[in-house]
Amino acid sequence: MAASDAGRGASPPSGAMPPALEVIGVEKWFGSVHANSNINIRVAAGTIHGIIGENGAGKSTLMSVVYGYYQADSGEIRVNGETLQIKGPEHAIASGIGMVHQHFMLVDTFTVLENIVLGVEGGRMLAPSLAAARSELERLERDFNLEVDPDAIVGELPVGVQQRVEILKALYRGADILILDEPTGVLTPQEVDHLFRILAALREQGKTIILITHKLREIMALTDEVTVMRSGEVVAQVYTAETTREDLAAMMVGRAVLLRVEKGEAHPGEVLLDVEDLSVKDHAGIARVKNISLQVRAGEILGIAGVAGNGQSELMEALAGILPRQSGHIRIKGEEIAGGTARGARNVRAAGVGHVPEDRQHMGLITSFEACESGILGYHRDEKYNGRVLMNHAAIVADVGRQMEEYDVRPPLPRLRTGAFSGGNQQKIVLGREMNRDPDILLVGQPTRGVDIGAIEFIHRRLVDMRDVGKAVLLVSVELDEIISLSDRIVVMFDGEIVGEVTQGEATEQMLGLMMAGERRTPRGSTK
Amino acid sequence: MGENITFFVLMLDAMLRVSTPLILASFAGMFAERSGIVDIGLEGKMLGAAFASASVALVTDSAWLGLMAGIAVSVGLAMIHAFACVTHKGNQVVSGMALNIMVAGLGPVLALAWFNQGSQTPMIADIARFKPIHLPFADKLRDVPVVGEVYSELISGHNIIVYLAIGMVPLAAWFIYRTRFGLRLRAVGENPEAVDTAGISVAGMRYRAMIVCGILCGVAGTYLAIAMNTLFIRDMTAGMGYLALAALIFGKWKPLPTLLACFLFAFAQALEARLQGVDIPGIGIIPVQAIQALPYILTVLLLAGFVGKAIPPKASGVPYVKEK
Amino acid sequence: MSAASAPTEAPRWVTHALVPLINLSLALIISGLLILALGEDPFEAISILAYGAFGYPEAIGYTLYYTTNFIFTGLAVAIAFHCFLFNIGGEGQAYLGGLGAGVVGLAIGHWPAPITLILGILAAAVFGGAWAFIPAWLQAKRGSHIVITTIMFNFIAAALMTYLMVEVFIEPGQQSAESRDFKAGAIMPFVHDILAQIGIDAGHSYLNLSFVLALICCVLFWFFVWRTRWGYEIRSVGQNVSAAVYGGIMPSRAIIIAMCISGGLAGLVGVNEIMGVHHRLLLEFTAGYGFVGIAVALMGRNHPFGIFLAALLFGALYQGGQELAFDMPNINRDMVVVIQGLVILFSGALEHMFRGRIEALFMRRAKIAPTAAAE
Repeated sequence: MAASDAGRGASPPSGAMPPALEVIGVEKWFGSVHANSNINIRVAAGTIHGIIGENGAGKSTLMSVVYGYYQADSGEIRVNGETLQIKGPEHAIASGIGMVHQHFMLVDTFTVLENIVLGVEGGRMLAPSLAAARSELERLERDFNLEVDPDAIVGELPVGVQQRVEILKALYRGADILILDEPTGVLTPQEVDHLFRILAALREQGKTIILITHKLREIMALTDEVTVMRSGEVVAQVYTAETTREDLAAMMVGRAVLLRVEKGEAHPGEVLLDVEDLSVKDHAGIARVKNISLQVRAGEILGIAGVAGNGQSELMEALAGILPRQSGHIRIKGEEIAGGTARGARNVRAAGVGHVPEDRQHMGLITSFEACESGILGYHRDEKYNGRVLMNHAAIVADVGRQMEEYDVRPPLPRLRTGAFSGGNQQKIVLGREMNRDPDILLVGQPTRGVDIGAIEFIHRRLVDMRDVGKAVLLVSVELDEIISLSDRIVVMFDGEIVGEVTQGEATEQMLGLMMAGERRTPRGSTK
Repeated sequence: MGENITFFVLMLDAMLRVSTPLILASFAGMFAERSGIVDIGLEGKMLGAAFASASVALVTDSAWLGLMAGIAVSVGLAMIHAFACVTHKGNQVVSGMALNIMVAGLGPVLALAWFNQGSQTPMIADIARFKPIHLPFADKLRDVPVVGEVYSELISGHNIIVYLAIGMVPLAAWFIYRTRFGLRLRAVGENPEAVDTAGISVAGMRYRAMIVCGILCGVAGTYLAIAMNTLFIRDMTAGMGYLALAALIFGKWKPLPTLLACFLFAFAQALEARLQGVDIPGIGIIPVQAIQALPYILTVLLLAGFVGKAIPPKASGVPYVKEK
Repeated sequence: MSAASAPTEAPRWVTHALVPLINLSLALIISGLLILALGEDPFEAISILAYGAFGYPEAIGYTLYYTTNFIFTGLAVAIAFHCFLFNIGGEGQAYLGGLGAGVVGLAIGHWPAPITLILGILAAAVFGGAWAFIPAWLQAKRGSHIVITTIMFNFIAAALMTYLMVEVFIEPGQQSAESRDFKAGAIMPFVHDILAQIGIDAGHSYLNLSFVLALICCVLFWFFVWRTRWGYEIRSVGQNVSAAVYGGIMPSRAIIIAMCISGGLAGLVGVNEIMGVHHRLLLEFTAGYGFVGIAVALMGRNHPFGIFLAALLFGALYQGGQELAFDMPNINRDMVVVIQGLVILFSGALEHMFRGRIEALFMRRAKIAPTAAAE
C-alpha cells in the first residue's frame, strides 16, 4: 500500500486491534511559535513506529504532549481506542505510556533498584518495596533481555546501561507504549546494536515502541512504520518496507524556497584554517568530534551541514579556542594556537579569528549589558578602548555606534540594553563586532536563527562580502537552504564525523539530507 | 589510672551535653540540604526557639509547653524560608541571613517589651526546665570501677533532650535511608527533574523537609534556653548554627559522620576549658583561641579538598524551575 | 519569523528606584506594625528616630560616622555581588583591616600624620583584602562555596584577633584586651575638630575624615566597576560566565580580584574605627557592620549612589535607634536589627515577589505606545 497523506495512516488489516496510540488534530503553540500543527498519527499496536524529522520539526514537543509534560492547545489523544485526558506524567504513566528522555531522569547516587522504584514505591517502608521490586525487576530483565545489576550505582554505569535502566523504569510502571527520544545520541555503535536487539525483543512481547530520531539508518533498520515531520507538521506516514531512504530524506528536508544569494564565483587562495585529525570531547566527557580533518581557504565559504547535536557545536568551540581538544591539530595561518579555555579564546582572537557563536544569548552577548558593552566583548582590552587605567567610554560608544549603523542595527542606540533588541538585531551586533576587527577567518554558527527575513538577507550579504575580499568563512548551520545558498563547499557532519563533501554546484537537498541522516558519501576519513 | 578514666569520663560527659544542640541543628540542616535547600538560617531558628521556649516556660511553668512553643516558632521561621526559596525562588543564602538577623533583633525587642529586664528573660524556675534524669541504680553503681563511673556519670544524669537527640540520630538515619519519604527526599536534592517527571511534587517535598528542619532546630533552641541554661539572653546561640552547618559539611551530609563531627567539635570545646594554660610536651601551650577556631579551620580544609572531598547534594542551592 | 517588536522592558527607574522603594516600604510597614504591637505609636517612633538622627549637629555627626562604616561594607558586598559572589565575610575582613590599621598606628604613630594615616589606610585595605583572598582562591580554584568559607573565616578572624589582643597587643596592666593609645600621627582627625577651627560648633561626635575616604571610595568604585577593563571583566563573569569565557575572560581571575577588593573595602572599616574613633586596638569594633553591608548593598542595588543612600538610611536608623531606645522604654536598639533583617528579606530573598507584577504594570503601558526598539 502506498504512503498516506498527512491525515490518515493506512488502515490496519481487518479484525486487528485499535491503534495503540492515536494523535488526532493536536495543536501546540509556544507564544507565537506554532510547534505542532494539526498532528495526526496512528501508531499500530505491537509495532516499532519511527518519527523522523530535523531539529525544530516538532517531534519532541509532540511526545512531551503525549507524555503529559505539556498540554495540547487542542486535539485528542487516544490510547487503545479510548480518548484520554493527560494532564501530567502521572496520567500518561497510568495509561501505559512510558518515556525514555534524551537526557536521563536518573539519580546518579542511587542504585538501579532505587531509581526504578522512585515514585512508585508501593508503601512507606523501603525494604519491602525494594524486595518486591527486585523480584519484578528480575522478571523483566529475563523477559526482555535487559541485563542490569540492580545494586549498581547508576552514576558509575556506562551510558548504554543507564539507558537500559530508563527503559526498565518505564516497563516497571507497566508501560505498553514506550517512547524513546533520540536514544542513540550518546551511545557507542555496539551499544546501539544492543539497544536495537532490546527494542526488537520488546516488540516481540507485544509492546509498542515509538522511536524519535533524525537518523535514517535507525528508521530503516528497526521500524515498521515511519512518520515524517517537518516544521511542526506531519508530512507523511508510510510503511518502512515501502519507502526508500531517498524518499524519506526528501520529505524530511522538503522543498524549501531557496534564498539564493547573488554571488560570483569563488577564488580560493591559500589555506588559512587547517584542521587535522581533530577529536574533541564535550563537558561531560563524551566524544563529540571524532578525527575530523578539513581546510578553509582564503576567499571561500565552507559550510558545515548537519542536524544539531552531531558535533558541530563542539567543533566550533574547539576552533574558537574555548573547548580543549583531545588530539589533533588546529593551525591558523600555519600556526598552532594553544587553546582550551578563556586564554585560548583570547589567543585565537589575537591570531585573527572572529567567532559568531551559535547561541548568541548565552555566549555571544551579555543581555544585561548596554549594547556598547556587548559590542566590545572579547576586544575590551584593545588599545583603542583603553587608557592606562580607565576605559575610553566615548571611543567605545562611538565605535559601537558606528558598527551598529554599518550593520543596520535597529535602533542604533549603543546605550540601550542588549536584551531589549530583537533577535535579528542582536545577531547583527555580534556580527558587527566580529567582522569589524577585519579577521582573516570568521567562524559563524547559526547566523540567522531567530532572525527575520530582512535581517537574514543583510547578514548573508555581509558573509559573501567577507569571502569576496579574501577572508575564510566557516559556516555551521542546521538550515539547509542557508548552507546551500551561501557555501562554496559543503561538508556534512554526522555523529562527530564528516560523512561527505560536495561543491555548491553538486549539492541538492536530497543528497545533503541523506548525509545528514547518516548516509556516507565519501569513504570514511577521507576529505580534501 | 583511675584519675585518667575519671577525667576522660567527665570530658565525654561534657561533650555529650555540649554536642546535643549541635546534633539537633546539624541534622536539621541535613534534611534541608538533602532536599536541595541551603539553610544558613539554623542559627536564627535556634535563637527564635530559645526565646519562645523560655518565654512560654516562664509564663506557664511548663517545660513541655515551652518545648512546643519553641518548635512552633522554629517551624514558622522555616516556612518563611521555604516560602521565599521554594515558592518565590529567592536567593537561599540571603533568605537565611535575613531570618537570622531578624530573629537576632526580635528576641531582645520582645524580651524587653514583655519582661522588662533588658534584652533577656528572667531566670526560669527549675520546675519549668528540663532536669537531669537519673537512671536506676546510678548511685549504687557509682563505685564500681570503670563501668560504674561510665554508667553513673556519662550515661545517667542527662536531661531528656540529650537522650532524645542521641536517639534521634538512628531514627533520622532510618528515616532518610529506609523510608519512601527519605528516598524521595534524597532524589529531590540530587535531580529534581527526575522527581518531577515521576509525578512527585518537588515543592511539596522541600516544604516537608523544611518542616522537619524546623522541628529539630526548635528542639535545639529549646535545649539551649531551658535545659542547658536557665534563661534567654541575646545572641545566646553564639554561632552554634554555623558550627552545626560546619559539622554537617564535615560529616558530608551523612548521619553517622555528621554525628561524629558534632562529637569532635563538642569535644574540642569541652577540651578548651581544660587545656587552658596547660603545657603540652613538644607543642607548648595551645592558645585557647586556636581550639575555638579549630572546627572552622577543619571545615575550610575540608571544603578546600584537603581532608577528602565534600560533595553536596547536586541540586543544593538551586531553585527548581521547570525547564523548557 | 521572530516577533515583530522587541521584548519591551519596564523603564529603568522602575527597576532601580521604584521596586527597591516598595521593598523598603514593606519592611518599614511591618516594623511599624511590630512597634504598634509593642504598645507604641509608630509615627511617633519615626519622628523620634528622625530627630535622633538629624535633629542636632552631634546627631548628624554620629549618623554620618555610622554611615561611613556602612558605605565601606556596602561597597564591599556590592563588588562581590557584581561577580555574583556572596561575601558574608565582611565582619572578619573588617576585623583584620582594623588589625592592619592598628599595627601601623602602634608601629609608626610617631611619624607625621599624613604619612601614617595613608600607610594605615593601605594596611587596612591590604589586611582586609588578604583575609578575603583565601576564600576567593578556594572558590576559584577548588570550587569551595564562598558563602561557607567566608562565614568560617569570620569566626577564625574573631579567634585570631582575640588571641593577638590578649597575647600580643595588650597594654600591660589593663583589664580589657586593648592596646596602648596611638601617638598623634595615627589619629584620624575628627570632623568636629576641623569645623571648630573654622568657627563652627558641631558638638562632639565620632565623625572623622574617614567619611571623606568613604565618599572617595564611592566615586572610585563607580569608575572601577563601570569604566575599567577589570570592572568589565568582573561584571561579565558575574552576569554570564559562558559569555565571559567566550570573550577571553578568565573567571578565576575575576573572582579573586573582586573578592580582594571586597575585603579591602571592608577592611577600611578598621580605618574609621581604629584610627578614627578609638585610637587604639581593641576587640569587637566590627559590631555587625559586615552584615549591615549586605542590607545596604541589596537596597542600594550594588550602585555606589544607592549604597550611599542606603548607608545613610541605616546610619540614621542606628543613631536614631539609640534615641528611640532612650525615649520609648518598650523599644530598644535591637529594633533596628529587626528592620535590617526585614530589609534584607524583602530586598533580597523576596525581591521578585512584587517585582514581576510591578514591572508588568509598566510594561503594559509601554506596549500601547510604539517602542523605539521595534523593527
